[in-house]
Order: sequence, then C-alpha cells, then structure tokens
Amino acid sequence: MSRGLAPARPAVAGALASAYLSLVVLLPLAAVAARATDGGVGAFWHAVTAPEGRAAIELTVALAAIVVVINALAGTLIAWVLVRDEFPGKRLVNAIIDLPFALPTIVAGLTLLALYGPKGPLGVDVAFTRVGVGLALLFVTLPFVVRSVQPVLMELDREAEEAAASLGARPLTVFRRIVLPSLRPAIASGCGLAFARALGEFGSVVLLSGNIPFRTEVASVFVFGRVESDDVHAAAAVSVVLLAVSLALLLGIGLATSWRDRRVR
Amino acid sequence: MSARTSRLGLRTVALGYLAALLVAPVGMVFYRAFEHGFAAAWHAVTTPDALHAFWLTVLMVAIAVPANAVFGVGAALVIVRGRFRGRALLGALIDLPFAVSPVVVGLALILVYGRDGWLGGWLTDHGIRVIFSTPGIALATIFVSLPFVAREVVPVLREIGTDQEQAAHTLGASGWQTFWRVTLPAIRWGLAYGVILTTARALGEFGAVSVVSGKLAGQTQTLTLFVEDRFQSFDLTGAYAAAVVLAALAVAVIGVLTLLDRRRAP
Amino acid sequence: MAIEVHGVTKRFGEFTALDEVSLAVADGSLTALLGPSGGGKSTLLRVIAGLEEPDAGEVRIAGRSMDGVPPQRRGVGLVFQHYAPFRHMTVRDNVAFGLRVRKRPRDEVRARVTELLELVHLSGLADRYPAQLSGGQRQRMALARALAVEPRVLLLDEPFGALDARVRRELRDWLRRLHDEMHVTTIFVTHDQEEAMELAEQIVVVNEGRVEQAGRPADLYERPANPFVMSFVGPVNRLGETWVRPHDVELMRDPREGSVEALVDRVVRLGFEVRVALTLADGTSLSAQVTRAEVEDLELEEGQIVHVRSHRSTVFAA
Repeated sequence: MSRGLAPARPAVAGALASAYLSLVVLLPLAAVAARATDGGVGAFWHAVTAPEGRAAIELTVALAAIVVVINALAGTLIAWVLVRDEFPGKRLVNAIIDLPFALPTIVAGLTLLALYGPKGPLGVDVAFTRVGVGLALLFVTLPFVVRSVQPVLMELDREAEEAAASLGARPLTVFRRIVLPSLRPAIASGCGLAFARALGEFGSVVLLSGNIPFRTEVASVFVFGRVESDDVHAAAAVSVVLLAVSLALLLGIGLATSWRDRRVR
Repeated sequence: MSARTSRLGLRTVALGYLAALLVAPVGMVFYRAFEHGFAAAWHAVTTPDALHAFWLTVLMVAIAVPANAVFGVGAALVIVRGRFRGRALLGALIDLPFAVSPVVVGLALILVYGRDGWLGGWLTDHGIRVIFSTPGIALATIFVSLPFVAREVVPVLREIGTDQEQAAHTLGASGWQTFWRVTLPAIRWGLAYGVILTTARALGEFGAVSVVSGKLAGQTQTLTLFVEDRFQSFDLTGAYAAAVVLAALAVAVIGVLTLLDRRRAP
Repeated sequence: MAIEVHGVTKRFGEFTALDEVSLAVADGSLTALLGPSGGGKSTLLRVIAGLEEPDAGEVRIAGRSMDGVPPQRRGVGLVFQHYAPFRHMTVRDNVAFGLRVRKRPRDEVRARVTELLELVHLSGLADRYPAQLSGGQRQRMALARALAVEPRVLLLDEPFGALDARVRRELRDWLRRLHDEMHVTTIFVTHDQEEAMELAEQIVVVNEGRVEQAGRPADLYERPANPFVMSFVGPVNRLGETWVRPHDVELMRDPREGSVEALVDRVVRLGFEVRVALTLADGTSLSAQVTRAEVEDLELEEGQIVHVRSHRSTVFAA
C-alpha cells in the first residue's frame, strides 16, 4: 500500500470531513424527511395533496418545464454564437453569461422588477404574474445550458460538418444531422441542472411572485410561508417532494455522464 | 439567405436575448440607484442598519469561506487520495447542497438547531442560540456554499497525480511539509477559483438566511435581507443602492474568475 | 552490501507484482533491473524506496532493516520515470527542495545547489520552470534534485525511457561518467537490454515478478540461466531444444562435419555487419550475423543454398 499520501492520517481526515458534512448538511436534511413523515405516510400524502401545496408544486414543475425548453433553445444558440461567431466584445459577452451565478438572487429579482415592474420605463408590468416568475427563473438558470454546451461545441470536429456540406447538405441539415446529435447529451445535462435549480429557486422569485396562492405561489415560496406561519409539517412535506425530484435529477445526470464517459472510452 | 446574413441573424437574436434578460435589467438597477444623485445612494447605504448588514455579511463570508476551504481541500484529498470505504459516497454527498432549495436549507436547519429541533433542547440548556441568531446565519451560509472548493480542487488533484508528492517524500519531506510545499501550491489556482465561487455564494445567499435569521434590522439582517427589507418598506433608493453594492461585488467576482481562467490555462 | 532484498512479495489485489524476490547490490555499484514492462521492476524500485510496502520479505539498506522506515528516512534518492518535477518551482528551487525541508542553513543550500547545477550542466537554466525545459534537461534536474540530499542509494526508474534516441545515448554516457566520479550505489530500471549491457556492472533480469538471473553482463550473455534470459539479453535462434546466437552461426559453401543445408532468403547489409535470413530443409527459419568480408568470401546471394553449423549452442535442462 502506498504510504503517507494525505497530510494527516487519511482515515482521520475522512472522519472529520464526514462529520462536518453530517452536521451541516446530512443531519438537517434527515430532519426534514423525518418531520415530513412523522405523522405517517397518510399525513405526508395529505399535506402534499392539500390544494394550496399541490397547486404550488404543479405550478413550479410547469414553470420549470417551460423555462427549461426556452433555455435549451436560447442556451444552445448563445453557446453557438460564442463559439462559432466572431464579433467585437465577444470575450465580455462570454464573461457576462456567469452573471446570474455571481449575482445574489434577491438582486436578480430586483433588477427584473426595475425594468419590467410597475414603474419600469417600458410600460410592461410582469410583477405578481406567472410571466414574472418565469422571467426570474430564466434569469437564474441562463448559464447552465450555455456552459455545458460550449465546451462540447469547441471540441467538435469541424471536418464532419464540412464533409456533410461537401456532400450537398444545407446548413440547417448539417446542424440537425451532424451537430445536434453530438450536443444532445450536453443540452440534456444543462437542462437537468436548470430544472433542478428552477424547482428550488426562491430569492429571485420572492419579489416578483407576490405570493398569490393558486396563481403565482411557487413551491419554495409556499414552503417559506408555511415556515413563517409555523405549519412546519406542510413545509417539510413539500420540501421532501422538491428534494426528491432534484436528487433524482442530479443522480440521473451523474449516472448518464459516467455511463457516457465509459462508452466513449 | 446567405451564410453571412443567417450568422448575423443568429448573433442578433442571441445578443438581444442576453440584453433583454441580463444587461438591461442590471443596467436599470444601476440607473435607479443613482437616479436621485450619488449622495442619496451613498446616504442610503451608510445608514446604521445598512452598515450593520454590510459588516454582518462580511462576517458571514469570513466564517464560511475559511471553513469551507479547509473542508473542501480536506474532502478533496480524501476523495482522490483516500482509501477508506465510503469515499465515493462522500464524493456524491458533497454536491447535495446544490440540489436543495435555499428555503429547504433554512427549514432543515431549524428542524435540527431550532428551539424544538433535534439538538435544540441541548443547545438551549447550554445557553446557545443558533436559529434567529448569527450562528444560524453562518450555518446556512456554510451549507449553501459548501461544495464549491471541493468541486474545483478534486479534478486538479486527479490531474497532478501523486508523483510530485512521492518525490517530496523520498527527498525527506514530512506529510505536512509535502502538503504545504508541494500539494497546496499545485492546487492553488483551483483552490482560488473555488474560494471565489464560495465568496460569491456566501455574499449573495438570501433564501436560507431569510428563513433562519429572524430578519431583525441591525441585528440579524445581512445585506441581501436588507435589500428585501428596504424594497418592502418602499425605500426604493435604499434597496437599489444596496443592490448595486452587491451587483458590483458580483461583477468583481466575474472579473477575478476571468483572470483566474487565464492563469489556469496551461 | 549496500542493498539487500530478501524474499519480497507484493500483490495488488489478485495480481502478484513481486514473487519472493531476492537480490544484493554491492556498495558503489551500478545495477540494472532489466525486463519487459509490467514485469515488476518499477514495483521493486518503489519497494526499495519505501513508496510501496511489501506483503512479505524485507529490504535492508546499509545493513539496516527498512521495515517500517518511511521513504523520508531511507536515504534513498529516486528519479521518477517522468521525473515528477515540482511544476510550480524553478529549477533551483526543485534542486534545493530536499535541503530546505531539512532546514539546512541558507548559505549551505545555495552553495550545494550551485555545485549540483554545474554538475548536471544546468547552471544557465536555474531560474526556469520545468515546463520550459527539454526532456533531457528535466531528467538532469531530477537527478540533481535526488543527489542534493546525498542519498546512500540512487534509484532511477526508466531514466531514459521518455527521451528520443540521440539524447538517450548522450545521457547514457554522461550518467556512466557521473557514476564513476561519485560512486553512489545506483539501481536503474530499463527494458532496453543494450542500455543495461552498456551501463551496468550487474544486471538483474526480472520477469513476471521473479528474478530470472542476476550477474555481470558478460555472464548473462554467455551463460544465461534459461531461455527467457537468453532471448532477452540478445537475439537468438531456436532449433528444437538448441538455442544459437546469430553470430554463432557459421556459413560455408561446402558441407562439413555437423553442417546442414540452408536456403538464403535475404541478405541485409548494415555496413560491417551483415544479417542473413535462412530457411532450413525442415522449414525452420534461422538468422545469422556475419561480417562483410565473409559475405564476399562466400559470394552470398539470395536464393543460394549454403551449409550452416554453429560454433556454440546452448541446451537448457527441461
């Protein structure tokens, strides 16, 4: 066995890391699951399917789905322009893509309100509407598809496209038949990440949603409201649904990626 | 349609989308913040509550970043170099915070560290207040920014391999000497990148902090909570000015990341 | 003996990398571990250096058992196959590393590093980073780094493996001279028999985790212990149970005692040396190594029938 590769004894370091992770992350999440089910499965189901909670979950999933479709199109297009096009200021545009990751979510919500809110200069007002919530979700999820498609597009072999073009394929056909199949896994994984993020997003939504039950109240806002009004059980139940969906998504992406890597090798 | 016009068309659509979604709204916040002059904006972010919120945020960064940097480097070493069972599980669990809604993070912390939480009784008996107090905000900040350093350092550690460390051992360096003189310098750009991402997230966390803080102005209000509070109180200049402070920090973060990207490129 | 290895066994899961390996290396000698890749040579080197712990057996350096002694305290200098340069340090800092972690006085470190850089001809490149060096320069830097701490034993893992042919040859001569000057006990790993023959005073042939034979280069060549060693240290023909080196094949125009007929397939002239490919009556191929004078004497041509016999041949006990 190789010796002395970690600075401290590896087992000690492993135990410390696990303890830290457990105290900060695992124990609290376990508490959520426990609280959600401490009245039995029936109570959990009842809380999840109560009209308001159910409406919040359905709205969240529907909005996340729409946002993901728009992201798939816009993200791929932006990645394409950033890789294949040349124009002055491209580097700056490339840097700006990460802005939603760096900008605090509450600021993101505020910026959208400033432009598209009641006192915005454009005369449109999306505050307290589903469109507004969707806009916030689009803002915070923008980088996911761009950043996962971009490197794949850079690595792509241009010769295959040139060969297809030389065989008489028109640009759109080349894109659909040659480029898109290679990008599809990256688009899918970017969409998965964006979907998971959209499901749980709170900060950017809170100012735009207005928290109108059955209209603009998304799941995270619902959970927040229940915590504030001390209905912790309902909050925990809806949280568990959110957790389960995000986890399944991230796990699926991880598995798909490792499976694909193995196949390519 | 020629290749040139279609290229121009695609470019226009992509840049237009970015302008409408990102650039114009952010620009609008800057405009609104300084609409009534620089003095008004300055005044809004130098009130006692604003200053307190700013320093509380700085304190949170000062706690979360070192804690997660030490944890991240240690965990990365364990994941890449360790041999104990369950290191693969540790690697998978580290990403967990990314899958959790900030509001759920807050709720989860309340359920463990709150008055009626799993550890709440014991903490109360010992006079330790976590939720609705600074420790709770710190825990929430640590939770949401936990994976960044480990995620950046793991691939770098994989890439450098163990040769340099073994060479250091044969040259007489102890485990710690090897870590400080060989391993740490080798991962420094990855670590720096992770630290910047951690900082950005810690500065900007809102949802989780919002749940656990109690939002007492001048006490448990961070800068992001201050923005919301000012907005809800119809003090728009205050909200926009504080938002501009945070946005400027975000822009600085992106600038540093872009520079680091160039350093990291071989 | 500077290094003694007794019955060392090392397994990686199901795979046995070293199977009861024993060897002895004399003080101040230059020893080659020769064998095919994956045969266990590098693992043996790493066991001696203390980077791998053997499952059984013992390593002794200068008479002391190394059981439980970490690599830091073995007094061993190891040059890695890909040199393992510290990429974030200059050449100077790389070489100084071992002295600095020993907290030697600054002046002493500076003097010693200067001296070593001169020894390996890198004085002008002291402030460069490893990425700015050629393969050969990087190798010499790694050597200087290992020598800086005055190891009792110098271990080199495929020291010339990653270099192109010309640099290889230069470095080989240079290493030989360096060893003659410094007399530090040295073991190097190689899969190149020519390199081992030319450099080493002792060759240890390692294959499939076992020592096939150890001895002076000439002994291995003249008196190989088994067919593996015979074929690994030089080209060889196999004729049933008999093994014959190409230069021990005698070509004649007329039959003599013990000779057989052979058809000349091909004549390859490599200057002074000429290689002749032959086929015997039973269909066995045979290669012979003769001089240009002999070829001219015989008026050798492709398609011709000649008579062959061997000066000397080896038969291994089954």
